[in-house]
Amino acid sequence: MTVEELRRATDPAWLATAEKQVRADPDAAGPLFARAARALGRGRLRGVPGWTAAEAGRAVLLSLLPPDHVVRLYQQGDTAERLAVLKALPLLDIGDAGVPLLHDALRANDPRLVAAALGRCATHLDAATWRQGVVKCVFMGVPLDRVDRLDERADAELAAMLTGLAEERAAAGRTMPPDAVALLTRMEKQ
Amino acid sequence: MRIFDPHIHMTSRTTDDYTAMAAHGVRAVVEPAFWLGQPRTSPGSFADYFDSLIGWEPYRASQFGIRHHATLALNPKEANDPRCRGVLDLLPRYLDKDGVVAVGEIGYDAMTPAEDEAFAAQLALAVEYELPALVHTPHRDKASGTKRSLDVVRESGIAPGRVLIDHLNEVTVGQVRDTGCWMGFSIYPETKMSPPRMVEILKEHGLERMLVNSAADWGKSDPLLTVRTAEAMLAAGFSADDVDRVLWRNPVEFYGQSQKLDLSDVEAPEATFAGSSILRGGS
Repeated sequence: MTVEELRRATDPAWLATAEKQVRADPDAAGPLFARAARALGRGRLRGVPGWTAAEAGRAVLLSLLPPDHVVRLYQQGDTAERLAVLKALPLLDIGDAGVPLLHDALRANDPRLVAAALGRCATHLDAATWRQGVVKCVFMGVPLDRVDRLDERADAELAAMLTGLAEERAAAGRTMPPDAVALLTRMEKQ
Repeated sequence: MRIFDPHIHMTSRTTDDYTAMAAHGVRAVVEPAFWLGQPRTSPGSFADYFDSLIGWEPYRASQFGIRHHATLALNPKEANDPRCRGVLDLLPRYLDKDGVVAVGEIGYDAMTPAEDEAFAAQLALAVEYELPALVHTPHRDKASGTKRSLDVVRESGIAPGRVLIDHLNEVTVGQVRDTGCWMGFSIYPETKMSPPRMVEILKEHGLERMLVNSAADWGKSDPLLTVRTAEAMLAAGFSADDVDRVLWRNPVEFYGQSQKLDLSDVEAPEATFAGSSILRGGS
């Protein structure tokens, strides 16, 4: 997925004007970013699997902005705006400037934010934070297929943490989510 | 029976309340920003509060299959603290958010010059951001406070049909009805308004532009008093359609004027809550 593909799939009438305004004045992005879902809709984007029109439009606007503006749009955003920033991060050329946003999302109690922080944008996350995030997903019932490169990044320390959680759950007469059990089984075979 | 509570401070309520509300048919709420038991001392506190009203609280409500929207404003009581005046500068960026369906609660507490200023400034914001306005009427000196509120509303130029004058009672309802503003009634266990009194008001003044809320908060209040009022209406001979009008269609019509009310999750006939989907949760 590229920003150009998202741009081509998004309603040009609104987006072209919005892009022009943001190029002229990056501070104009705030209201446009907030209004994007009303302007473009929350429906799935045709021909671009996994993206809504609003997410795509917001990603295009983010691609025009310097890192500090991207960070501010997340910090000043509602949940949908924050999710849109996290989703767009891998498409933006801002290096690890987005890492504090991932930390913020992982501290949240809304599982959508936690899951989003472990998507493709999680590349820049250090191992310790990433492991905490994965275990938090198991706690919150977030399906582990939302975690990008799960099997590739899963290590012995994560296995130990999940085994510990499984023991606590067993002691309480509670079960682990099947996808967490399956992950542990795969790791034991390696 | 489907219930839309157009004024309830869910931030102050427990998950048990959400469970009970959902079980009794409450499927949508609007949470106005207001004062807390403890006065705040800086705009930063308000920013976190507003973020919660468009972030965490809608998610919390969604876990119970309840759609949550908010109205945001600097409330009249805290408008009197100069340390909180900066909240007026924060508001514009929040009023653009999808979950914000009105400016409110604004209005009067003690009718001071600082309250005059904040009230007028925020009615101007409502006009600028094309949002309805939710006006709190004062607990003390209510009749003259309501009259003065209506004067300020008139001077602001906002269309009366986009204004809700709240916490009315038998004494104050008449002067609001004739202005074209919407009339709000907060049903409380002991104060403000009770279900039987509310039924009498509906009999006398009709159902048009009438809104019934629980205004439940951190004080002695009950989030199910909307339901109790609906039951009292039925017992008094109002039809199920009358109840639906007052407790669902009227709030939808009022807040729908924001063009931001999104009930797609809860209006669908099959709208039952699965409990674990992380895709739900508003905006």
